[in-house]
Amino acid sequence: MSRPGRLCSHVFLVVWALLTTLPLVWAVLGSFKSDDEILTDPWRLPARLRWENWARAWNEAHIGRYFLNSAIVVTGALTLTMLLGAMAGYVLARYRFRGHRVVYFAFAGGMMFPVFLALVPLFFVVRNLGLLGTLPGLTLVYAAYSLPFTVFFLTAFFRTLPSSVAEAAMVDGCGHFALFFRVMLPMARPGLVSVGIFNFLFQWNQYVLPIVLLQGAGAERRWVLAQGLTALAVNEGYRGDFSGLFAGMTIAMLPVLAGYLIFHRQVQSGLAAAQLR
Amino acid sequence: MRGKRLFIAVFLLPPLLLYGVFVVSPYAQAFQIAGTDWRGLSPEFEFVGADNFRRLLGDGYFWNALRHNGVLLLLLPVATILLGLFLASMISVGGRADRAGVHGVRGAGVYRVVYFFPQVLSVAIIGVLWKEMYAPHTGLINGTLRAVGLDGLARPWLGDPRFAFWCVLVVLVWANVGFYVVLFGAAMQSIPRDIYEAALLDGASRATTLVRITVPLLWDTIQVAWVYLAIIAIDGFAVVQIITDGGPSYSSDVVGLRLYRTAFGDAQFGYASAIGVAMFFLTLSVAVLFLRATHRDRVER
Repeated sequence: MSRPGRLCSHVFLVVWALLTTLPLVWAVLGSFKSDDEILTDPWRLPARLRWENWARAWNEAHIGRYFLNSAIVVTGALTLTMLLGAMAGYVLARYRFRGHRVVYFAFAGGMMFPVFLALVPLFFVVRNLGLLGTLPGLTLVYAAYSLPFTVFFLTAFFRTLPSSVAEAAMVDGCGHFALFFRVMLPMARPGLVSVGIFNFLFQWNQYVLPIVLLQGAGAERRWVLAQGLTALAVNEGYRGDFSGLFAGMTIAMLPVLAGYLIFHRQVQSGLAAAQLR
Repeated sequence: MRGKRLFIAVFLLPPLLLYGVFVVSPYAQAFQIAGTDWRGLSPEFEFVGADNFRRLLGDGYFWNALRHNGVLLLLLPVATILLGLFLASMISVGGRADRAGVHGVRGAGVYRVVYFFPQVLSVAIIGVLWKEMYAPHTGLINGTLRAVGLDGLARPWLGDPRFAFWCVLVVLVWANVGFYVVLFGAAMQSIPRDIYEAALLDGASRATTLVRITVPLLWDTIQVAWVYLAIIAIDGFAVVQIITDGGPSYSSDVVGLRLYRTAFGDAQFGYASAIGVAMFFLTLSVAVLFLRATHRDRVER
């Protein structure tokens, strides 16, 4: 490309990069400002690093508790999703039995339905099980709604694995269970990583499920990060703690961004593979 | 083989149980509840047949919300895909062209990493961040306009019914473009370089190669992108609820927010389920229309 042309494409690319990063940088800077600095001029830099904003957000605005709740729910749900999803995907990919097609389409068909359709009945199903406003309830729901895509993706993935290894193991007297855990699961690692990253982001970033399932008296203690942060944004107007809000936002944002920067290759290829399947 | 049947049962029953209780049964119940006047407080309800759907047809708030989803459905995929294609082609073929061929732009890796940022942030963070960005006095947008002397353009973005909805659309585009830059970029990598080089030798401009070569070769990826963006456009709930809460005066309302408010604000669970059923058929018809359109496309090709 000619020199002016190259310059031109650089300008466009830099402009979009700025549009992407400036809001994020602005939020991080805001977390160090005093309320006065926030209220006077949005472009003003903080006079010093006020870590006390972070402490206030973590303790008084309960961001720390919400963070922990999110971590507990996603750890549990992700483990459950991957285990159950791999089990179902493996059986559907490698065994023939009556009702095979029905089970497969029951799982895969779940991807067609908008979650909003299930919202009202789901609320009552969870309430009737006594799980409304509890972390185990949310964990089970996250795992259940991650299953359609996980099973669909892993069924396809297990089909691509060579059957010669499995046959050799069977000849050596390896049972069905040992074959799965010792041989097939390790071989499926790349697929598990892709779908695991996808599920982690899906579950960590959930919004509508927690606000529906973690409501009612006393549920605030069990709120997850997404919910706690938006509640903070709504209340901020009354309390006037702008810097606390920015600090809360930064605390919620940085760990995921840091994780992404470390594993950006895996994250990008994982999500792209998940979408194109 | 008893061992095999036991194995299949042990591996399939736990996922099926979880799935049946929390996914299949709610979906099935939704259609049933949509035919009742259930208000959730007592177990009593009456079947009202299609009354909820009749009410839906005459509900101005529902149509208002649906219209907004319709606009999102038209504009979000188009804007995101065009911007994504443009930036992706800038990155992968925007660099030098010399005897060794067409190069990617310098710093391509950095752009791909940075553009992807919004994709890993939760929709709650994106919503809260942009709510602050649009804030009339403390927000970065008005702050920037004032800093460059465009005070006249600074306005209470989210407080003005003329702008609130478009503010939401901007956030949705902002949040999604990066992913498609990466997706399209990956697809462009698999297009043989010599195709571009041949086209450039024949005197084709960059714009022509984008329209005549890149887009046709990426058509399958673009279709997938369109489906996903359409699903996001039919939803739109989280960003709208956080940034504008459907306001001011319903100017940015969407169907998902209507459902949420009807159910968990007004406790009209029967009617809310009917809205859910409407959303389902909307999704389904978009999918069917799309499949038919692309199917014909394939046959003709």
